[in-house]
Amino acid sequence: MENMNTSILPLALNNVSFQIGEMRLIKDMTCEFNTGPCTTVIGPNGAGKSLLLRLCHGLILPSSGNITWQADEAAVTTAQAMVFQRPIMLRRTVAANVDYALKLRGVPRNKRQDRINSALSQVGLKRLLDTPAHVLSVGEQQKLALARAWALKPEVLFLDEPTASLDPAATHDVEEIIQAIHNEGTRIIMTTHDLGQARRMADEVMFLHRGRLLERAAAKEFFAGPKNDLAQAFLQGELLWWRLGKDNRRLENDD
Amino acid sequence: MNDFGDALAAAATLVVSGNPELIEIVSLSLKVSFSAVLIASVIGLPLGAALVLFRFPGRLSIVVMLNALMGLPPVVVGLIVYLLLSRAGPLGILGLLFTPYAMIIAQTILVTPIIAALTRQLVEDLWTEYEEQLRSLGAGPFRALPTLLWDGRFSLVTAVLAGFGRASAEVGAVMIVGGNIDHVTRVMTTAIALEVSKGDLALALGLGMILLALSASINAAAFLLRDITRYNKRSRTISPRVTKWKT
Ligand SMILES: Nc1ncnc2c1ncn2[C@@H]1O[C@H](COP(=O)(O)OP(=O)(O)OP(=O)(O)O)[C@@H](O)[C@H]1O
Ligand SMILES: [Mg+2]
Repeated sequence: MENMNTSILPLALNNVSFQIGEMRLIKDMTCEFNTGPCTTVIGPNGAGKSLLLRLCHGLILPSSGNITWQADEAAVTTAQAMVFQRPIMLRRTVAANVDYALKLRGVPRNKRQDRINSALSQVGLKRLLDTPAHVLSVGEQQKLALARAWALKPEVLFLDEPTASLDPAATHDVEEIIQAIHNEGTRIIMTTHDLGQARRMADEVMFLHRGRLLERAAAKEFFAGPKNDLAQAFLQGELLWWRLGKDNRRLENDD
Repeated sequence: MNDFGDALAAAATLVVSGNPELIEIVSLSLKVSFSAVLIASVIGLPLGAALVLFRFPGRLSIVVMLNALMGLPPVVVGLIVYLLLSRAGPLGILGLLFTPYAMIIAQTILVTPIIAALTRQLVEDLWTEYEEQLRSLGAGPFRALPTLLWDGRFSLVTAVLAGFGRASAEVGAVMIVGGNIDHVTRVMTTAIALEVSKGDLALALGLGMILLALSASINAAAFLLRDITRYNKRSRTISPRVTKWKT
């Protein structure tokens, strides 16, 4: 949001594939992310949700196709942040974890303290300021990772299953935090396994299966009845590989 | 056996009375080895980390070479440094042969590969953990390097200690390049070798006792340091000792 005047969005994926060895893990994905909504990426385990976020965030490069932002590389790096599926804590105190991120972004020392304090009180970790981050519980680490990303005031924030290992109360807290971040104008692109969460948070839903984007729709429409039959099955809690095994047509289509 | 008992008693007297010759030898040993380890750390810690963070052609050969150099025989290092520093050698004009500086150079060469190789291993483990996060935050290799050294500092102490152990215990290199000259380049290990060959077991044993005590206490100090920091880290959440006593 510090670069509000020069937005890095839209982010465009053009025919993006990612492959390791012979395995094509992301297949011919073409989509665009504009300013505005909160996008939730759903799909079964191994669908490629985390890989998609990594590709967008620039941690891995596509094997073919291209990913473009509307700004130069330096601006793109500083205008986005990501929270990983497994929170990665620096072996420092809670406050120092946030401080480090701010320092890397070149936030001057006298402004850092305020940003640290407000980010940490936002997630309710203020009292643990001086605790080494790696002794926190997984849920607290998840919140700290969010605070660290949020303190950067990114224009785009990627969240990879931000509530995967949280109890219901913590999940509620974290959802509120994400909502607050969203309300401040940050573009949220998140993955989740929690369909309830997708219902609560998402403005639009992307359904991934085996590295393909099978459906992208406004959340209301999607949850009212997805067009794609695999997405329907997923919403009903069916095991997709089971359907796949019985349905030869789909096996052929899927390479 | 009586010889040994007498020698031990004499050694104890030397140590307790603070024999000036003994003190001179011990302090030179410490100065040489500390300097060597300091220089080797300044080179080896960043070098080890750089080998993890920077990808360049020949990186793997350097890694393999460093690991091989960890077992470098001190006498060979001594010989090479001797040839370099001897009057006919390329660095002869410096006039460093048979001075403590020559000994520092030799021990630095001996210790740097140890510190660098161990650092590379430790930093690599940490980097696997940190990589995505640091890259996500926009840290390039130059920013990541000090971060990894700082966050890995407690394990890296072990690497530096291994280097110090090597430096203070070796005799071959300092003997060749220092010459074991009384009051100039005589250190604990060379003195022990000499006194034993002369048959003066008391001084040799006294020095041996100090050498042992020294390496033991440095290791103990490092262990304590780690322990204290660990304890502090935990004490804010759970205090193991208190819970133990209360139950
Ligand atoms: N480095 C890698 N090497 C080989 N295969 C990989 C690698 N990274 C990911 N994959 C494979 O790519 C597929 C997609 O992985 P990804 O982590 O994106 O799944 P996901 O949709 O996030 O699943 P989950 O819901 O379990 O988090 C998986 O089948 C995984 O095994
Ligand atoms: Mg994932």
